[in-house]
Amino acid sequence: MEKTIALTVNGRLQTVTTDPARPLLEVLREDLGLTGAKLGCGEGQCGACTVLVGSRAVASCITPVGDLEGRSIRTIEGLAPSQTLHPVQQAFLDEKGFQCGYCTPGMILATVALLEAQPNPSDAQIRARLEGHLCRCCGFPNILRSVRRAVRAGGATP
Amino acid sequence: MKIDPDRGEPEEVAGAESVEVGASVMRGGMSRRRFSQVLGAGLLVTVRWDGTAAQSGQSRSGRGSPRVAARIHIGQDGAITVMSGKVEMGQGARAELSQAAAEELRVPAGRIQMVMADTRLTPDDGITAGSRTTPSTVPAVRQGAAAARRILERLAARRWQVAPAAVRARDGEIVEEATGRRLSYAVLAGEGDFAVAFDEAIPANVEVTPVREWKVLGTSVGRPNGRDLITGAHRFPSDLTRPGMLYGKVLRAPSYGARLGSVDLTMAQAMPGVVAVRDGSFVGVAAPTKQRSREALAAIERTAEWAPAPHPSSDDVYDYLRRRASGGVPANPFAADLDAGASLLRQTYRTAYVQHAPLETRAALAEWEGDRLTVWAGTQNPFGYHSELARALGLTSDRVRVVVPDFGSGFGGKHTGEAAIEAARLARAAGRPVLVHWTREEEFSWAYFRPAAVIEIEASLDRQGRLASWHFVNINSGGAAVDTPYRAGKTRCRYVPSDPPLRQGSYRALAAVANNFAREAFMDELAAAAKADPLEFRLAHLENPRIRAVLEEMARRFRWAERMKSRPPEGVGYGLACGTEKGSVVATGVEIAIDPAQNHRIIVRRICEVFECGAILNPDNLRAQVEGCILMGLGPALREEMRFKEGRMLNPRFGDYGPPRMSDLPELDIQLLDRPDLASAGGGETPIIAVAPAIANAVYHATGHRIHALPIRLPA
Repeated sequence: MEKTIALTVNGRLQTVTTDPARPLLEVLREDLGLTGAKLGCGEGQCGACTVLVGSRAVASCITPVGDLEGRSIRTIEGLAPSQTLHPVQQAFLDEKGFQCGYCTPGMILATVALLEAQPNPSDAQIRARLEGHLCRCCGFPNILRSVRRAVRAGGATP
Repeated sequence: MKIDPDRGEPEEVAGAESVEVGASVMRGGMSRRRFSQVLGAGLLVTVRWDGTAAQSGQSRSGRGSPRVAARIHIGQDGAITVMSGKVEMGQGARAELSQAAAEELRVPAGRIQMVMADTRLTPDDGITAGSRTTPSTVPAVRQGAAAARRILERLAARRWQVAPAAVRARDGEIVEEATGRRLSYAVLAGEGDFAVAFDEAIPANVEVTPVREWKVLGTSVGRPNGRDLITGAHRFPSDLTRPGMLYGKVLRAPSYGARLGSVDLTMAQAMPGVVAVRDGSFVGVAAPTKQRSREALAAIERTAEWAPAPHPSSDDVYDYLRRRASGGVPANPFAADLDAGASLLRQTYRTAYVQHAPLETRAALAEWEGDRLTVWAGTQNPFGYHSELARALGLTSDRVRVVVPDFGSGFGGKHTGEAAIEAARLARAAGRPVLVHWTREEEFSWAYFRPAAVIEIEASLDRQGRLASWHFVNINSGGAAVDTPYRAGKTRCRYVPSDPPLRQGSYRALAAVANNFAREAFMDELAAAAKADPLEFRLAHLENPRIRAVLEEMARRFRWAERMKSRPPEGVGYGLACGTEKGSVVATGVEIAIDPAQNHRIIVRRICEVFECGAILNPDNLRAQVEGCILMGLGPALREEMRFKEGRMLNPRFGDYGPPRMSDLPELDIQLLDRPDLASAGGGETPIIAVAPAIANAVYHATGHRIHALPIRLPA
């Protein structure tokens, strides 16, 4: 049964009429053309589909869109609406915190959520926060360097 | 390889907007005219492998001409384009090939535009695998770019009526040293009088810039499209859409070898927007959303009747493989005539079936235009994929085009075209473009695996504790790095194929991981039998100066001798291993701890690795590859194993499979030895091969248990 759901996506109000059981990930990708969030596992075990709902990083592959009525969602596409990169993005670019880049949007959004909640996290906190994010290229050292750089740049907000 | 100064068919010169230094026809019927349409007029240089130097296992293309290795185009707008059939999947080829062209054309790397892996535009220069891009494609691009520079210099010299030696390329221009006057590449590429330049023959091997003069190569140029990756703008194959596109899904057997009997498509076909097809054993659906395609497939699955087939379990698979060794397991010919006082040791090693599990699973988007098929897909093997598609769909090669956007990793696991064939069949049935993007469970179950191995080694030590004979047999997993680098009186190393119960194929470093694990773990057992230190025992038998150099440097950095002098704390152990493969050398030292609080889990605390692959082309990228290899190697060493029973995978999900995560990241000490005097070899594979044995040896050091299988399991 289809339902009309209103959400704010990257600051813009959107309404979608769809099966409320569909995962947010598929609605973002198929209905709204926002393909920055990736499918890695479909089970919330890899973090590639991470988006921000309010201030929380969530696995959009296991989040039914029907649960998000009225919520505000941020995806990687909304992080740097102008030409200026978000400090976390800039840090990942500067530290080459990616290889194939498929996990990167999820890594960046998880980092943004972390730094918004805790601007000066310890290494242990960073590692714990990113534990749910797989990088199959195993570029973890550069990812860690990127997050540290973002912390040094003081960077939760642009 | 050579730059072919052949001017080819007359049409290419007379009135041509662009000139190829070499012949003009490639697979897929790409003509000079098409290059001109795509890139505009200008100078086009084609580099060929010379016949005998072609990559092993590759046939020549038609017409008896050697295959094309790369093309370089300089447009009348000054754009410099390198066309290569190589793919980018995170390993860094895009940057590295840009650097190669930029170096020889005396421009910054950012001036180079790369066109990669499009079977209509780029040459068929082979699969992206085997660490071949660095030793084969980079030199080809350098040669082509150096030839282009030389042609531009001659064009300028001719125009100014000066000797070619009086001019040189600098920052995208040709400059006359004496007067300072200059001409841009754009102007020269627009001259259209290239034939004149060719009156002076281009030598078969154009001189390239020596390493000591490198300005772009040897530097850490970043990924050219890195910004698109961190903004989400890059479209991976699974991100692509086409107007009217549907999402496809394919019916999978419930177990290996099961045969499909009856199946009812009517429920699925009644769903709005759903196309469902059966063609023999192929059953699939296409629908406007992924959700709908799942529902449609589920409706079909409920009606499908299958006849299962017997299949071994992952516990039985080693006996299964050994029993089916082709021609039987060869006996050790050296065992019969041991010298007096010699001792014979033997051991059997096993490594499990593992999956590559690239984060982006197989994805392909197929679109038909009449009887022409275009597929966008993630594959390391665009031209093999192209042929596979043409065969599977009954098309001539010129009706197929495969385009490979930069994709979400491969590790040797994306050489085959299943998803593309599925998408093409569904798209033909639906009359609309179809994207097939495998689920994680499909990727774990139906992609090919890194083969399991049974490795049997026998070696004898003479009275002085020196290796007197060495007999090594790899059953099923492959011959990569099967030969020992250690001196032994008599040596025989063999790979014996078996009849595997699963689809198996390539993986990062192929069988070198299994072979080096078995060899290096056994070397520690031999060292113990010889009452020698593992490092000293290895050095006493190693002649290869490059392996010695990395091993000695690693031992120094890791303070091996000091660590061996004292007893480590309870539950802590140190181990080392080394090896060589694909023209590079590696040595790894590890410190592990056994955590009694976590069910005796093995914690890898510290890894020191020294790696050398000749002249370093891009230090940051090489370091990333080495780090990636080391950490990826932790997976199959510690946890990763595909378990199966009655034809079903028992752990086809990340949570049960256990790939490395942030918590596995040990302290890393990595040293890249630069050898500007040696040709560059690839660095994306060999750094993985010493990780597992070094851990196995450290586990012995900590626990007294010898390790004979991967993943490493301690007795309960």
